Amino acid sequence: MSFRYPEDQQVSSEKFTRSEVEDFLYYEAQLLDAWKLEEWHDLFAEDGHYIVPSTDNPDGDLKMDLALIDDDMEGIRGRVQRLMSTYAHIENPRSRTRRMISNVRLWDHEDGELGVRCSVVVHRSRVPGTTSYVADVHYRLRKQDDSFKIAFKHAMLDHHTLRDVGGVLSIVL
Amino acid sequence: MAGFAPESSRIPEVQRVDARETDYLRDERSPNKFLVHRKVFTDQQVFETERRKVFDKCWIYVGHESEIPKPGDFVAREIAGRPVLFTRNKDQEVRVLLNSCSHRGAEVCRERRGNQKRFRCFYHSWAFSNDGDLINMPDEGGFPEGFRKEDHGLAKPEQVDSYRGFVFATFNPEQEPLEEYLSDAKYYLDLTADQASGEQGMVVTRGTHEYSMRSNWKLLAENSSDGYHAIPVHKTYLDVQRSRGDDIAGHTEKDWKESHAFDLGNGHTVTVKRAPWGRPVARWTPSMGEDTKKTVERSHQRLIEAHGEERAEMISNLDFNMLIFPNLVLNNIMAVIIRTFYPNQPGHMNVTAFSLAPGDEDEPARRVRNESFLSFLGPAGLATPDDNEALESCQRGYEARPGECWSDVSRGMDKADPANWDELQMRTFWRRWDTLMGEEA
Repeated sequence: MSFRYPEDQQVSSEKFTRSEVEDFLYYEAQLLDAWKLEEWHDLFAEDGHYIVPSTDNPDGDLKMDLALIDDDMEGIRGRVQRLMSTYAHIENPRSRTRRMISNVRLWDHEDGELGVRCSVVVHRSRVPGTTSYVADVHYRLRKQDDSFKIAFKHAMLDHHTLRDVGGVLSIVL
Repeated sequence: MAGFAPESSRIPEVQRVDARETDYLRDERSPNKFLVHRKVFTDQQVFETERRKVFDKCWIYVGHESEIPKPGDFVAREIAGRPVLFTRNKDQEVRVLLNSCSHRGAEVCRERRGNQKRFRCFYHSWAFSNDGDLINMPDEGGFPEGFRKEDHGLAKPEQVDSYRGFVFATFNPEQEPLEEYLSDAKYYLDLTADQASGEQGMVVTRGTHEYSMRSNWKLLAENSSDGYHAIPVHKTYLDVQRSRGDDIAGHTEKDWKESHAFDLGNGHTVTVKRAPWGRPVARWTPSMGEDTKKTVERSHQRLIEAHGEERAEMISNLDFNMLIFPNLVLNNIMAVIIRTFYPNQPGHMNVTAFSLAPGDEDEPARRVRNESFLSFLGPAGLATPDDNEALESCQRGYEARPGECWSDVSRGMDKADPANWDELQMRTFWRRWDTLMGEEA
């Protein structure tokens, strides 16, 4: 499945405006920053998929390689169930997070889905300190009623390893 | 007990092992006590000593042969605090070279993986073969008489050897041969290697987990086979698996069946049990999803064809967490994880982890494996991050009272046949560590 932004072309969508897509992305960020994870889960389509590749293998084979996160909807449900529990010890007390989204580009896939690419910085603050994740995020969105559903979310971290960003990735990007 | 139990398990621990009292350990009898002084986690002097007496003495895991299948393939990584190139020469021989130019010390390779015949340092353009020999450099005639290129190869470990595809190196010229060093751990390495029924054998999959913990490395050696912490720390993982249909009681003795802990010699340890989760190689459980049942059963069938019923049963159903002293964890649990870690400060370690899978695994089987792996393992899994938090929390406790207090590691010490939720595996690690720390450098 192709989801990547064509690096050498200037693209835009003929069907959607950047501002309606940004409204959706900001809403997702708002839910995540507020730890409204069940509501975040509901943004996904039934066949939704959320993936964060391993830091040494950003362009790897989605079907065969080991990622950091490789969640189908069952996986997303489990992740949300866990993170909402007070027994998710690394997130108890919960990190305070602040997502910054910019450089939003959109284009139309042939199957009618909307391709989106954006740059995301997630600042994560907890008692031992604040660290920041920097990611190149791709989506495939589907129009549904007056909003979108996430069919695919792929967050590629820029970091060489997780070692200088707090050691782990215990939150949703 | 079956063949997986080593000779050491015939005699109860407290009869087999002598009592000792050192700066770091209190291993006492009548009554039995086992205490570790917490300065081992915080003290700078202890940290510097263990780099020399533990990491520079033992066999240290470098990588798996499958990571560099072709001549010229290389991976750059760090072992025992040194940057190395793990590579294969034109004759298919595995080489471990220090990634530091013999001339002035710059790295001769700054890529993390690739395929090349030569490594050229960018500083003064000295070029080395993947055997580590100095091939050429600019203005070769400018060096004084008596300068010989063969004296300026890349540095290497004293010995490099492999067992069933697992490559180790040691910086100790007097270290015993690898097979002797591995002792009874070989049985479990065999059990792991035999998970592959095809010619390709087991392979490290692409995608490495490179993360870190703000805690002492020995806490992860303990934690990686600590059955006692599993239920309190990993409740969210167990709850999620239960809600997907797995039979999980949330009770140590009910969830871990046929459990034992063994001393494998030379500080290596293993805990074995039948755990409540599914295994891609193959023990299907409902949490894996109905649609995967056939895939997992097919994997199991292939093991039977390759190894016969009895061994296939052992490979499929014997969950084990093994520590090969000092810093290699090989856990055959809901997937196979190779985990290695090295301290760069008393209170900080880098962790590197890989997934090991049959090389001929197809897409559906790999999907089952990756989902099973990530359901628990990895820095973004549903369990491992909470181990980070537990170990970092311990470390914060130690650093708040540096040089004070002892940790109790005595659980199950009176038992003839301790289980994985006891602590024989940790005491075995600690005794070996203490012995090496007490030796003359």
